[in-house]
Amino acid sequence: MNTSNTGASREASSAIHDFTIPALAPWSGLVKRGQVIRIVDLEGQQAVDTLFYRADDFSERYSAQDTLRAQGSAYVVTGTRLLSNEGFPMLTVIANTGGAHDTSAGACSCESNTVRFGHHTKYMHACRENFLLEVSRHGMGKRDIVANINFFMNVPVEPDGRLAIVDGVSKPGDYVELRAEMDVLCVISNCPQVNNPCNGFNPTPVRVLIFQG
Amino acid sequence: MSMTIKSPADRAAAVQNDIEKNRSRYQQLKAAGQGSQRPLPPATSRTGAVIDASCILHREVIPGGWYWATRVSRGQALRLLNPQATAGVSVMIWNADDTSERYNAGDTVKVQWTAELRKGRVLFSDMGRVLASITEDTCARHDTLVGGSTVLSNLEKYRDASLRNSRDNLMLAAGKYGLGRRDLAPCITFFAPVATDAEGRFGWNEGVLQNGDFVDLRAEMNLLIAVSNCPHPLAPGATYAPSDIEAIVWQAAPAQDGDLCRSLSAEAGRGFENTDPLFR
Repeated sequence: MNTSNTGASREASSAIHDFTIPALAPWSGLVKRGQVIRIVDLEGQQAVDTLFYRADDFSERYSAQDTLRAQGSAYVVTGTRLLSNEGFPMLTVIANTGGAHDTSAGACSCESNTVRFGHHTKYMHACRENFLLEVSRHGMGKRDIVANINFFMNVPVEPDGRLAIVDGVSKPGDYVELRAEMDVLCVISNCPQVNNPCNGFNPTPVRVLIFQG
Repeated sequence: MSMTIKSPADRAAAVQNDIEKNRSRYQQLKAAGQGSQRPLPPATSRTGAVIDASCILHREVIPGGWYWATRVSRGQALRLLNPQATAGVSVMIWNADDTSERYNAGDTVKVQWTAELRKGRVLFSDMGRVLASITEDTCARHDTLVGGSTVLSNLEKYRDASLRNSRDNLMLAAGKYGLGRRDLAPCITFFAPVATDAEGRFGWNEGVLQNGDFVDLRAEMNLLIAVSNCPHPLAPGATYAPSDIEAIVWQAAPAQDGDLCRSLSAEAGRGFENTDPLFR
């Protein structure tokens, strides 16, 4: 399993877009075919919940199951081709220093928090709140929020089926780079969860850079 | 903790205290969720759990390669009967009263701390509610990580893109109820013994599926259920030969005190606490 590959070095100063997403916050942006998006875990152990939509038809979007089925294994790593719900390549992971990324455990929500951590956690900010606000800016709604990628989130699937979010392995400055194979809208929730280890119980900022290919 | 915050140092200490408190709580929840809160029951006997004929509302034979969709009201149940051990039956579920609420594979495995869904487990929606309970299950090996077959998987496996596939079947089933591409999400495939090794590679446990396997889903809200009878993409065999399955809808017995699925875990219990108020 290739979980460490620093790939091509691109100078941050050459980025056409460079934005630091504050802790807890959403972001979205267009990545055109051939461009490269780099997501940097600035302080380490910070889950970055991410969705992709085809830029000219949002009903075609990232499909976690198509992606895992096609590659025959459970995590997003260097070389993983992210497939759409129509089976087309949307992006390819071309560099990664941040471990094996989850795409099976989904995004946190107020509603699932109540089930996982108790009813007292209902009124806490959550990824699907971020997603809903951000996709609504693009004319989409809750139906459009599908299974996402959790960059820098460590969810080993045990051979007996057990599965849990465990401590992230990403260190400050670890990053993942993806090359867009079609024009895509990228939607991110910088995960606000404090009830499990996906953010080291302490959400922190992440940085997004987009480069010309 | 009740401390008065007086300085940045005190504030930092309070933050650290919260982190440790939350970490400790998570570890307790994980130990309970993956431990022996209540042992899972054995798989249902293939000759057991006979449905009283007077309770049966509908029987449908779904030919190999085809799909079917049905409404199943709260309190009713759906049996998927697999007489000839066909390798995989993919299912998508919506709340019939608000189809923006639907099966959420991620929440289902994350909330219950396992991808091994079998008798006693429940299927969660994206709203922290229980769509359906797995009340009987002879097979105990189902897949919700890999998903069903697609045009691409049939092309790779059988060199034939024209064969019927689950993704298109679920799209068609959704379409017949006025839903569309945006309403599809990761599905669950019953009778699909997918294995995951220590490196995360998927495989297939041969010899698990038996003629006459069945799984029962008790509806915990009013459901729209789409069923696709196409082989799982990881199922062995170079020939595309799905066999017929039968779907049976019947009026289930009301859940009793101590109901397995309602009480198996604290998480399931809270899921039902979120679900039941819809029907007050």
